[in-house]
Amino acid sequence: MRDANDTCIIICNMENLDPMGVHTGDSIVVAPSQTLSDRDHQMLRNSALKIIRALGIEGGCNVQFALAPRPDVVAWDGSDDATCLPYHVIEVNPRVSRSSALASKATGYPIARVAAKIAIGKSLHEIQNSVTERTTAAFEPALDYTVVKIPRWPFDKFAAGDRHLGTQMKATGEVMAIDRTFEGALQKAIRSLEFGQRSILWESPDWGDHPPLDATDERIWALIASLRRGRTPMEIAHDCGVDPWFLERFARIVAMERRLLAEDLTPTLLCAAKRLGFADRDIATLADRLPEQVRALRDEWGIRPAYKMVDTCAAEFDAVTPYFYSTYEEENEALPNLDRERMLVVGSGPIRIGQGIEFDYCSVRAARALQDAGVMSILANSNPETASTDFDTSDRLYFEPLDEESVRDLLENEAGGGEAPPSIVQFGGQTAVNMAGPLHAAALPIAGSSADTIDLAEDRGRFEAILSSLDIPQPPGAGVRTLEDAFTTAAAIRYPVLVRPSYVLGGRAMEVVHDESELRRYFGAALAEGTGAVLIDKYLDGPEVEVDAICDGNAVLIPGIMEHIERAGVHSGDSMAVYPPQRLTAEQRDAIIDYTTRMALALGVRGLMNVQFVIAPSAQPDGPGVFVIEVNPRSSRTVPFLSKVTGVPMVQLAVNIMLGKSLKDQGYEGGLWPERDLVAVKAPVFSMAKLIGVDTFLGPEMKSTGEVMGIDHTFDAAVRKAMIASDLEVRPGTPVLLSLARQTKDEATPLVHLLHAAGCPLYATEGTAAMIRGLGIPVTEVTKILEGHPNVVDVIRDGSVGAVINTIEGGRAEVRRDGFHIRRNATEMRIPCFTSLDTARAAIEALAAPDDYSVQPLIEYRDGMTS
Amino acid sequence: MPPRPPAWLVLADGRVFEGVGVGAPGHTTGEVVFNTSMMGYQEALTDPSYRGQILTMTYPLQGNYGTNGFSDESAELQVRGFVVREMTDLPSHWQSTDTLSAFLERRGIPGIAEVDTRAITRHLRSRGVVMGTITRDETPAQALARLHSEPDYAALDYVTEVSTKSAYDFEDLGTPLGGSPDGAPAPHVVVLDLGVKRNIMRLLRERGCTITAVPHTTDAETILSMKPDGVLISPGPGDPMLLDHVLSTTRGLIGRTPIMGICLGHQVIGRVFGASTYKLKFGHRGANHPVRDEVTGRVYMTAQNHGFAVDGDHLDADARVSQLHINDGTVEGLAHATEPVFTIQYHSEASPGPNDTEFLFDRFLANVRAGEPSRRG
Repeated sequence: MRDANDTCIIICNMENLDPMGVHTGDSIVVAPSQTLSDRDHQMLRNSALKIIRALGIEGGCNVQFALAPRPDVVAWDGSDDATCLPYHVIEVNPRVSRSSALASKATGYPIARVAAKIAIGKSLHEIQNSVTERTTAAFEPALDYTVVKIPRWPFDKFAAGDRHLGTQMKATGEVMAIDRTFEGALQKAIRSLEFGQRSILWESPDWGDHPPLDATDERIWALIASLRRGRTPMEIAHDCGVDPWFLERFARIVAMERRLLAEDLTPTLLCAAKRLGFADRDIATLADRLPEQVRALRDEWGIRPAYKMVDTCAAEFDAVTPYFYSTYEEENEALPNLDRERMLVVGSGPIRIGQGIEFDYCSVRAARALQDAGVMSILANSNPETASTDFDTSDRLYFEPLDEESVRDLLENEAGGGEAPPSIVQFGGQTAVNMAGPLHAAALPIAGSSADTIDLAEDRGRFEAILSSLDIPQPPGAGVRTLEDAFTTAAAIRYPVLVRPSYVLGGRAMEVVHDESELRRYFGAALAEGTGAVLIDKYLDGPEVEVDAICDGNAVLIPGIMEHIERAGVHSGDSMAVYPPQRLTAEQRDAIIDYTTRMALALGVRGLMNVQFVIAPSAQPDGPGVFVIEVNPRSSRTVPFLSKVTGVPMVQLAVNIMLGKSLKDQGYEGGLWPERDLVAVKAPVFSMAKLIGVDTFLGPEMKSTGEVMGIDHTFDAAVRKAMIASDLEVRPGTPVLLSLARQTKDEATPLVHLLHAAGCPLYATEGTAAMIRGLGIPVTEVTKILEGHPNVVDVIRDGSVGAVINTIEGGRAEVRRDGFHIRRNATEMRIPCFTSLDTARAAIEALAAPDDYSVQPLIEYRDGMTS
Repeated sequence: MPPRPPAWLVLADGRVFEGVGVGAPGHTTGEVVFNTSMMGYQEALTDPSYRGQILTMTYPLQGNYGTNGFSDESAELQVRGFVVREMTDLPSHWQSTDTLSAFLERRGIPGIAEVDTRAITRHLRSRGVVMGTITRDETPAQALARLHSEPDYAALDYVTEVSTKSAYDFEDLGTPLGGSPDGAPAPHVVVLDLGVKRNIMRLLRERGCTITAVPHTTDAETILSMKPDGVLISPGPGDPMLLDHVLSTTRGLIGRTPIMGICLGHQVIGRVFGASTYKLKFGHRGANHPVRDEVTGRVYMTAQNHGFAVDGDHLDADARVSQLHINDGTVEGLAHATEPVFTIQYHSEASPGPNDTEFLFDRFLANVRAGEPSRRG
C-alpha cells in the first residue's frame, strides 16, 4: 500500500508452495513466507517498495517475485554480493488483486477498504485500524499463525479436463485455513476443499510405486503418497522443485500416520495428531475406530480446540474484532457470549461449479438480518474470497472447514457447557444443508426447516410418497439395478428418458437417452463405475420453470417465477432464466403457485425452498401439464437474482421466520408477489476457454462458473443486455457456422431464416448445408476435419465465422469427434457457440430487435419509473 | 531424534507454561519480553539490547531457515533464554549451517518450545513485562522460589557486560570499505559502544567511514583526542538512568562533533536534553513499528527493541521531538536546534527488520562531511 504522502507498507508476504511455472491462482500459497531469511525478505520487500514508488501507485499493489532457492539453480553474475540470491519480478498488478483478497483475510488488514480511503486522499496513518481500533492503517501486520490457501479446481465436474497446471489459471475458487502449525493449516485447508471425500489420506488408485509429481491439482496428495512409499523429502524436492521445508513437514504428517497405525491411542498421541491437523475421521481410519469414537475420546481426555484471534498485531494490542481460528493449544480466546441470543450461519465454502458466490450473498444477508433483529450472528466459512469472511459482516467469524468435526467443535465452544446456539443451514448451499443430518444426530439445534424436512425433500422415496399424497405430478420413473429392468422401465415410460446414477461418483453425469442402444451404453458404463442403482425418469421435452418460495408454516410467499429459455435437459444453472415468465398460461401459473404452496406446507419448510418444474402439456392433456422435477429445501442460486429484481428481501424474511416472526408479522402474505413491470434475464458465464479438453455443450451437468443479469422494460432488450454481458452477442451481418444434429434440423428452420434476414452469411457442414440450400438460402459448405481444407475448424480459427450454432446428436457429446473440435475451437477463439437452439433463438431474435435498450438504475426499473 | 525433555517457563507472578526443553540444558532467568517480527531470530538472539532478557517470539515457527555464519549481530548470544511455539530441527536454506536449537545449545542458552506463545504474549501485554525463568531441572515451584531470590532485571548493569572492554577499529572483511566523494579522506566515526550491533558499523563502513568502537566508560576528551568526524552513541540494554557517566561524556561531545544516537544512545541524549525516561509496560519489539517524521509527515516502518522511552515533555529549549510513534505517541526521535545532533529510538540499521530508514546514516554522514576539515587533522 502507498498513500499520497509516499508512506509505503507491505501488508503480507506469501510464498507459493509450487515452484515457478504454476499460476499463482493455481498455487498452494502459504503466509507468511516460511523459507526466507530476514535478509531474503528485506531484499524483496525493498524491491516491492521501489516498484510501487516508481509506478506512483496510490492504493494497493501486488508484486510477484521468483527467487532462486540455491546458488546452483540460476547461473548468476549480477553482483559480487554472495549473501543474496538472484530474484526476478514476474508480475506487478497495480491494483487490488485476487492475492489482495487472500492477504486481507490472512492478515486481518482490510486492503480494499484502506485503498478506497487512500483514493479519497487520506494518509495511511489517518485511517483507523478497525481490528484494534487503537492503531492505524500505517503498520505492517504481524502474523502469529500460519495460513495455507489451496485452490479449488473443477476437475470433479470435468473428468475429461486436462489436470495439468501451468500459466493459465484453472481453479474456480479457493479455501484458506489458519493454524499455529503449518501441518494443521494444511490439513484444515484440505478438509475445506470438499473435493469428494478426499482427506489427506487419499491416493489415486492409478498410482503405482511412483505417484506422478508433475504439477496437477492432485500433486499435494502425490507428494505425500511418495513419502509413504519411502522416498525422502530431498529426493522428492529434487524431482519436483517444491522446497524441502514443505516436504519435511509432509514427512512429519506421514510419520504421524505411521504412529497412529502402529501405536495405541493415548492422550499424548491423540493430542500430537490433533496439533498436526489430523481430522477425527482420518485418525479413526488409521487407528481403526469410528470417527465418533475418536470424538468421544477427545471429550474424555479434554482434547478440544482453542480458538485464537486474527488481530493483525500478534497479540501486541487488545483487538476488538472477533475473527477466530481453531488450534490445539492452551488458551481459548473465543469465549461465548452467553448473555445474548445467538445463531450460527453455516457458509458455503469454496466457489465451485454448482455452488457459486450466490450462496455467499445469502450468508451475508442472513448475518445482517440476524443483527437487524438484535441477534448475535456467528458465521463459519472457509473461503477467503467472500464477503461473508469479512470480519465486519458478522458479530463473530470462525474461519474453519465446513465439515462435521469443525462445525460441531465451534458449536460446542459457543455452547460454553450449555445449549449450543441454533445453526442456520439453508443459506450455504449443499455444503450447509448437508450439515443438517450430522448436527441433528449430535442433538445440536437447527433453525428453520428441520433435518427431517430436508430429508423428506432429498430422499427420493419419501418425496415421491408426499407428492403422490398431494396429487402433484412428477415425471414418471424408477430406480433400476439391471439392464432388463432399465429396458422395461424405459419402454413403459417411453423414450427419451433422463438417466443418472443414484450416487454420483467420479464424473458420470446425467444424460438424456433416446433409445435402447444408448441406454445399454450408459448403463454399462455406470455399472462399471460401481454407481449402484440408476435412476430413470421420463424426459419431458418442455420449458423449465423455477420458483423460490418462503414458508412460515402457515403461508407461502413466492417472490417470483422464473422461466428458462432452454428446455429441460440443460442444467438450471446453465440456463438463461427470465423473470417474469413470458410463455406460461394462467392455468400453468396457478398450478405452480398451488403446487409450491402445498409442497412447502406438507414438507414443513421454515424459510426458503426452491422448486423446479417442467411444463409439458402434451404429457398431461387433462391438466395444466406442470410437473415437479426437484425440490431443494434451502436457498438456491436464484435467490440473489430474484431478490434484486423483485425487491423482496427474501433472506431477511426467511431469517425472521426462523426467529419466530410470521410472514404476516413482516407485512407479507402468501401467494405470488405482484409481478414487476420489467423483464430480467439471468445468463450463465463459462470459463471453458481456460479448461483444455472440456466439452462445452450444455447438458444436464452444470458447467458455468458465474452469471450475469440483463434488465429492461422488454424481453428482447433484457436478453440483448444479458447476451452482451455474457459475451454471446451476435451482431447483424456476423458470419455464422451451423452444424446441426439430424433431429434438430426442422426446428432450426425459422432460425436460419432469421439469420439470413439479419444479413448473416451462413457456413455449414454437409448435411446442414443441404438443409439450408433446401430453404433457398445461400450457404458456404465446409468439409469435416479429416476431409481437407478449408474445414469446419479452419473457418473458425481463421476468423471467417463469428459465431457457431452446433447441436448434438441425442443430447450427448462424444469427445474427440468433429462436434467436439468445433465447440472447443469456437471457445478458444472466444466467439459465441450455441449448443441449444433455444439459446440461439433468443440471441438471434434479440439481434433482430432494434438497438433501443434503456439504461437506468435497478431501482427505477423495479419501481416502475421510466427515464 | 531423541524426544525433548519437559521444561517450564515460570513467571514471577506465578503463571507457569509447560513445554519441552530446547537449546542448552539447565535453567536461566531474565525479564520475559516478546518480539512480533516474523523473521530474523538469529539477529535478535545476538542483539546486545536483549541482554538479561528471555525472548518470546510471537511467530510460532522458529528455525525454518536455520542459522548461518554471518547473521550474528555481536560476538555472543545475548538473550538469557528463548521461548517459541515450535522449533524446527529441519531447516531449509542454502546458507544454513546449523539448526537453531543446536545454535542455542552450542552457546549455552536454554530455550523452551511447544508453549502457547500467544497466551504468554497476551499475559505480558496485560500485566507488563515480568521476570521469569526457564527450567527443566526443577519443579515449577522450586523454580519460582529460586526466581524470587534472584536479582531483578532493573538491578543489573548490562551495558558493562556487553560493551567492548577496550577500543578497537572495526574491520569487517565481509563489508568492503565504501568510497568517499571527490577522493576525500575517509571520515572517522567513533562508536560509543553501549551494546552496538554489527550492522550499524557495517552500514557506516559501506558509506566510507573508518570506525573505532570505544568502551562505554570512555570520556569525552579521550574520544575527541581520537579526532572523530562524528560520534555514534549506540543502542544497548537496560535502563538509561544507570548511565550518568555516558551522560557526562555526551555533554562533552555536543557542539564539538556531529552525533547520532540510536535507541539507548537516543535515551542518553534525551536525558542530556533535559528529558526524563520511563519504562514502557511491555516495550516495543518488532519490525512493524510506524514512526512519523514530524517535519515531512512521512511514516516509516521501523525495527524496534526497547523497554524504556524518553518523556518529551520537559526538553530543553534547544531540543525538539522530531519523530513520534504512531500507535502510542512515544518519542521516537530528537534533534538539536543548532548543533548536528539527532537521535532515533528505533533501529535504522534494521537487521532484522525493514531498511526504510537506512537513509538516516546518510544524513549522519552528511553532517560528518559538513564538519570542519581542521577537525580531521
